[in-house]
Amino acid sequence: MKVWRYGDDVNTDLLFPGKYTYTCSTAEEIKPHLLEDLDPSFAENVKEGDIIIAGKNFGCGSSREQPVLGLKSVGIEAIIAESFARIFYRAAINQGLVLIECPEAVKAYSEGDTIVLNIEKGSITVGGKTFSFPVLPEEILAIRDAGGLLAYTRLKLKKFKSKEAH
Amino acid sequence: MGKTFAEKILARKSGRKEVVPGQIVTVKPDHLLTHDNTAAIIGKIGPELEEYGVVSNDLSVIVIDHVVPAANEKTAINHKKIREFVSRFNIKNFYDAGEGICHQVVMEKGHALPGNIVLGSDSHTCTYGALNALSSGIDRTEAAALMLTGETWLKVPESIKMTLSGELPPGVYAKDLILHIIGDIGADGANYCSVEFHGSVNKLDMEERMTISNMGVEMGAKNATFPYDSVTEKYLRSIGVQGGYEPVRADEDALYSKELEYDMSDIVPKIAKPHTVDNVVDIDEIQGLDIDQFFIGTCTNGRLSDLREAARILKGKKIAPGRRLLVLPASRSVYREAMSEGLIDIFVSAGGMILPPGCGPCLGAHQGVLAPGERCLSTANRNFKGRMGSKEAEIYLASPATVAASALKGSIADPREVIG
Ligand code: SF4
Repeated sequence: MKVWRYGDDVNTDLLFPGKYTYTCSTAEEIKPHLLEDLDPSFAENVKEGDIIIAGKNFGCGSSREQPVLGLKSVGIEAIIAESFARIFYRAAINQGLVLIECPEAVKAYSEGDTIVLNIEKGSITVGGKTFSFPVLPEEILAIRDAGGLLAYTRLKLKKFKSKEAH
Repeated sequence: MGKTFAEKILARKSGRKEVVPGQIVTVKPDHLLTHDNTAAIIGKIGPELEEYGVVSNDLSVIVIDHVVPAANEKTAINHKKIREFVSRFNIKNFYDAGEGICHQVVMEKGHALPGNIVLGSDSHTCTYGALNALSSGIDRTEAAALMLTGETWLKVPESIKMTLSGELPPGVYAKDLILHIIGDIGADGANYCSVEFHGSVNKLDMEERMTISNMGVEMGAKNATFPYDSVTEKYLRSIGVQGGYEPVRADEDALYSKELEYDMSDIVPKIAKPHTVDNVVDIDEIQGLDIDQFFIGTCTNGRLSDLREAARILKGKKIAPGRRLLVLPASRSVYREAMSEGLIDIFVSAGGMILPPGCGPCLGAHQGVLAPGERCLSTANRNFKGRMGSKEAEIYLASPATVAASALKGSIADPREVIG
């Protein structure tokens, strides 16, 4: 597992440049451009299970969801940041990408530290120190447990339909 | 205890007596905006659309604006898919390429009204706060789910109250005010929050309010809202809307997480330097910086009053040699007005190029992208690295008057020196 460390205000253009917004939408198309203008080594070297640690306001800017889709599809296990921008946070819930808002953990991290996550319990251990973060509310967990918003919506539509049939 | 704008509107729309910050409620938005990304959105739900269709043909407002006219085969195919979807599901509110930038079109056509909730798969959906709506950006997946079910969850946000006093001095604009505020509280200063403007808001006309609400997301806000007043009513009447809406007003004793005050008479022209919107300085700190391309347009500052201010400065003059000036009216209706007032002639005579209503170079997809090492002074809302093409280019943000005054010099200049 590798930890990718970035600073504050990593915006959506840095995560995935806007000029590709209307030409790339599948995971394969997105991947080569992930973090292109921030860290050109990322797309080539990222591996399943890697973690991103960042400062405040991660994901600010556009509502484009390629950054979330891309990071999810390359297997990022979680993004740990001091804070996330609102639309990015929502998009992550909708795709089942794990975001952890925990400024203490970000501050505690130094290069080479191992990170252990317990998402159900809301705890994170960084270099031997354990911190807690708030567990998501039920309504949101239902979306995650269904496998993301589209899967959740499909279940909902089926329920509507079977109700109508009765 | 009184309630904020967001608490009141979310209680009303979720059928509850009251709600508190942090609570999650289910709402049915009045409209859902999508643009060129509609093609990708419907691509996610092909089988579901076959089986269930759209939940309502009046919910969606679809505007093709981001890459218009199509720049290549791929964008042309996207546009075609959108047109086919629109005709197959008989989508009522569809605006094809050339009508204008989505946010301008939504406002002009009366798809956002006081007391409405409008969600859109574009981060600057917050623009309609100017009209006393709660409007906010969402991602494509959520837009897809909304097309099918018509409902989604929203977290009741904490609210920030910004009280304005005084009046903007000549040569200083709403853009300078919002840049000042963002510079003051930071790019995440209002993260997850509902921002409310109070105080002498009657000194700001509807177009100025739009510029301010548009940039709410640049401080992280969920929405940035103005109260309903005679300015709102007058605007709505001008677009043919009379009544049929229910404004929402925050209670006097509502509870805010933060209260800030800004005296508009203290504001001076501002510039946001690369590569974040909160990197704001007073113009005198950066005057004289060489600029290659000047851009007046976008959903932030491409309206008639913006073009008028720029034209007032450029009239009968020429931009500096070796520089480019791009002017982009925010909608067809702005374009036509600008033509009939002679503004377009002023821009073209000054050496400018007119682009068709749409997003143009704002997102770096086409029409006036930047080469490495170039600098653009733009009236847009974002100056992120790489946004207008090369990541080695620099974007500076300012008001239309500042951009126009600077275009004459070829470098950043103070509009107050040319406006009496
Ligand atoms: S003009 Fe720019 S900021 Fe506005 S909607 Fe278009 S791309 Fe987005």
